[in-house]
Amino acid sequence: MKVTIRWRIFFAIALLFISVGCTSKPEPASALKPTGFGATLVESSGGKQLGATGMVLADPLVVQVNDEQGTAVAGALVEFTGPSGVIFDPASGLTDSSGQLSTAVALGGIAGRYQLSAHTATKSHKPAELKIQELALEYQQQVGFQLDNKYCARCHNPESTPERVSNYDNLEVKPHLFTEGDTLNKMTDAELIAIISHGGPALNKSALMPPYGYTLSKTEIEALISYIRLVSDPPYQAPGTVYARK
Amino acid sequence: MKNAWQRMWRTCFGDPVRAFGVVSLLLLMLLLIAPAKNHFSEWRRYQKQYLALTANRGDAVTLQRHLHEHDGIQQIWLPQIGVVDRCTTCHVGLKEASLADVTIQPFRRHPVIPHTLDQYGCVMCHRGQGPATTVEEAHRSTLAWEQPILPARYVQSSCGQCHRVPLTGTPQLNLGRKMLARYGCVHCHTIKLPDGSSIKPTDDPPSLEHLADKTTREWIYAWLKNPQGYAVTATMPNFKLSDPDARDISAFLIASSTPIPGDTAPVGGSEKMPDPVAGASLYGESFCASCHAVQNAAGNIVGGDVGPELTRVGNKVKPEWLQVWLRNPRVYDPGTAMPHYRFSDPQVLLLTAFLGNKADSDLLTDVHLDAATPEQIAHGKLLVTEYGCASCHEINGIKKPDNFAPDLTRIGSKPLTQIIFLPGMAHAIPDYIAGKIRQPRSFGAALKMPQFSLAPAQIDALTTALLAFTDRAHDLPMALTVPARPASDYLPAGKAGQLMADLACFSCHAINGHGGDMAPDLTWEGSSVQRPWLQAFLKNPGTLRPALIRRMPKFNLSDDDAKELTDYIMTVYQTPTFDRDAMPLSGYPPAQVEQGRQLFYSKYACQSCHIVDTKADKGYIGPTLTQVGSRLNAAWIYHWLKDPQTMRPGTIEPNRNMNDEDDRAVTAFLMAQKGSSKQEAKK
Repeated sequence: MKVTIRWRIFFAIALLFISVGCTSKPEPASALKPTGFGATLVESSGGKQLGATGMVLADPLVVQVNDEQGTAVAGALVEFTGPSGVIFDPASGLTDSSGQLSTAVALGGIAGRYQLSAHTATKSHKPAELKIQELALEYQQQVGFQLDNKYCARCHNPESTPERVSNYDNLEVKPHLFTEGDTLNKMTDAELIAIISHGGPALNKSALMPPYGYTLSKTEIEALISYIRLVSDPPYQAPGTVYARK
Repeated sequence: MKNAWQRMWRTCFGDPVRAFGVVSLLLLMLLLIAPAKNHFSEWRRYQKQYLALTANRGDAVTLQRHLHEHDGIQQIWLPQIGVVDRCTTCHVGLKEASLADVTIQPFRRHPVIPHTLDQYGCVMCHRGQGPATTVEEAHRSTLAWEQPILPARYVQSSCGQCHRVPLTGTPQLNLGRKMLARYGCVHCHTIKLPDGSSIKPTDDPPSLEHLADKTTREWIYAWLKNPQGYAVTATMPNFKLSDPDARDISAFLIASSTPIPGDTAPVGGSEKMPDPVAGASLYGESFCASCHAVQNAAGNIVGGDVGPELTRVGNKVKPEWLQVWLRNPRVYDPGTAMPHYRFSDPQVLLLTAFLGNKADSDLLTDVHLDAATPEQIAHGKLLVTEYGCASCHEINGIKKPDNFAPDLTRIGSKPLTQIIFLPGMAHAIPDYIAGKIRQPRSFGAALKMPQFSLAPAQIDALTTALLAFTDRAHDLPMALTVPARPASDYLPAGKAGQLMADLACFSCHAINGHGGDMAPDLTWEGSSVQRPWLQAFLKNPGTLRPALIRRMPKFNLSDDDAKELTDYIMTVYQTPTFDRDAMPLSGYPPAQVEQGRQLFYSKYACQSCHIVDTKADKGYIGPTLTQVGSRLNAAWIYHWLKDPQTMRPGTIEPNRNMNDEDDRAVTAFLMAQKGSSKQEAKK
């Protein structure tokens, strides 16, 4: 009898310790106290970037907190969240005098689209959210992206940079942008290989698309297709059995 | 209590037979530990989980057969490179392409890379402890194994262990390597490459020998305090100097400066400075922005990064110095990348006024320095020596120190015991390197390494490049490495060579492997172009590629100089593969020209990138071909069309695999495009 009572006391103490241990687990409470509250969050720069899996994006993600009138709010607390594997540095912070907060984003280890979000508390304590999309590329897609930059983007991308002026607007037959999923997703890998290797006429399309089969290697063309499939919007679904996801 | 023990002892070991039985039983139980440990091991659990994961998939039979063919502990053993990997014991699906949708580890397939697992194993790229068979031991550092798994963000460093040439798929590593040379890291730190050479800096920190003629002590003070406050793109790091230290260093630099040797006479007729705005068009015509950037009102940096940013250059340089510099930069700095433009005196004045106006009135308002005392100058000299300023800059009276900072030749394998980590920092090399680049002085206030202003992506790139300098990279068999192209120090000789150095041709053009990449490679220019065109172009460069922002500037060459250069280029820079005069420059049959036109516009659709008819064609990618028949040699066009990449490696014109007849016809058509020089000048 005596033994059982002692055990009970022991258990009670143990339980107490366990429960205390669980509840007092330090919450990662941010030490930052917001001094301003905005109404909306807008993206300043850094969205829609292409980066390598697991690596920091070239440009930081910058968001801005505005109030109802659209003027920037300083000292508002912004927190960034994303799928597992995404690292923000810093993950939260207060906006500066121009109402902006900048964070370095490292994407996760899996290639594909990453939906990131930024949150801020508003005056009415209703959180405002901003969704930002970034793309992570695997090695092969990274190679494809570089090739796209060098060879394809001058015609297939209407945007110009100082180093690469786009010729898209000058072409009589408009090339498909690589993001045009509605068109490109209907083409098989074999068709894409044919049109890249042998030019537009291979698929009865414009001769303005020259053949690259004597310039690019087979591996390079595969890399290019892997990249095209990744940036496609709506996303590309590979043909064949769709397996149950676990 | 004592009785109970005695009773138990008697029950077990009362007589010899009983004792033997009990001892045997105990031994048996002990023997069972090993198989039990094996049975309940981590890797068996993972292999079972894999079977469960794949059971519902369409190709379950194939996937599971692959596992059963290789169940148990797996090992990749590559004695030549010292790799013993058992990673594939748990990472069972690495080679299964159909597992592309699996996101949980350790069952993801490996992304497609140019190497196979059996060739190089896993730890070559990912590091960590290959022979380990538990998650903890394989991935983290243990007492017996310092090197944990390399975080994915630095994985490109592993490519750099063998590949010494830039790869298409490793932009981060390429950037890091470029930055090691461009940001001057290797002025202070020695980095020897496995082939015995050292990384050479590609920045060109200015000599400070004649500094007092160029700028004021106030500007030096402000610059030393915060270089990025003057120009956001400045690569000079912040040494976090105290006010008195900056005061004393500026005092010493001014005191040690000597006058510029050579012709520094002021430009005549400078009583009245021209209107600052008037120089803008000359600044544009001279394509200064190809090399120099300016920050515009929106805060964007516009222009090249070969020369320094000019946003506030009026705060920095004295107008007298600017005139000397613009007239001939080589008077002040014989090795500068800036060409000698041969501006006329009124042009020099125009540009001086224009650049002098690029100033920020607030920059130096707070700087008030009293006349320097000899003690301050002496203290400044001491500081200049201590901070190793002469590692980068030439300074009168200070010798360039050797090995000023630690050698980084094997930094990627530095033993952890030699490193002092910051509190809270993970005990791993990548964290140490990145931390050191991010905030060098946080490792100790007395450290001399200055604060660089780098973006997070740049810090990662530098860390990646440094992590590639491992023991393994140095000890690899040469047969397994992809060596860097040997650096070329080619410089042309003679009078033409002097002229080319004076015009700094190599700042933009490469010849025989030496030079910049802003403008076309000129190694075979003599085979490519016709003499009259080249001579006229050097005198007055026209536009070949209308869409380009960076273009060849006009150097105001004399007829003699243009002829000298033309002669040299036409004679020396010829390809050994064909004779440039093998085909006639004109006189092709009209039928062949017409056939060429057809091919040009229909079969090969060259107009998507080139312009022959300025009214109809809109191809702004390649050079305009309206007068290509007066510019290029027929034999060059013929060989170029056959295979552009062999004529100029890296050109983006695709190889069209033309047959000989088509090639000759298109060549004939292009040679018929003689244009008129007037039309060219207008564009």
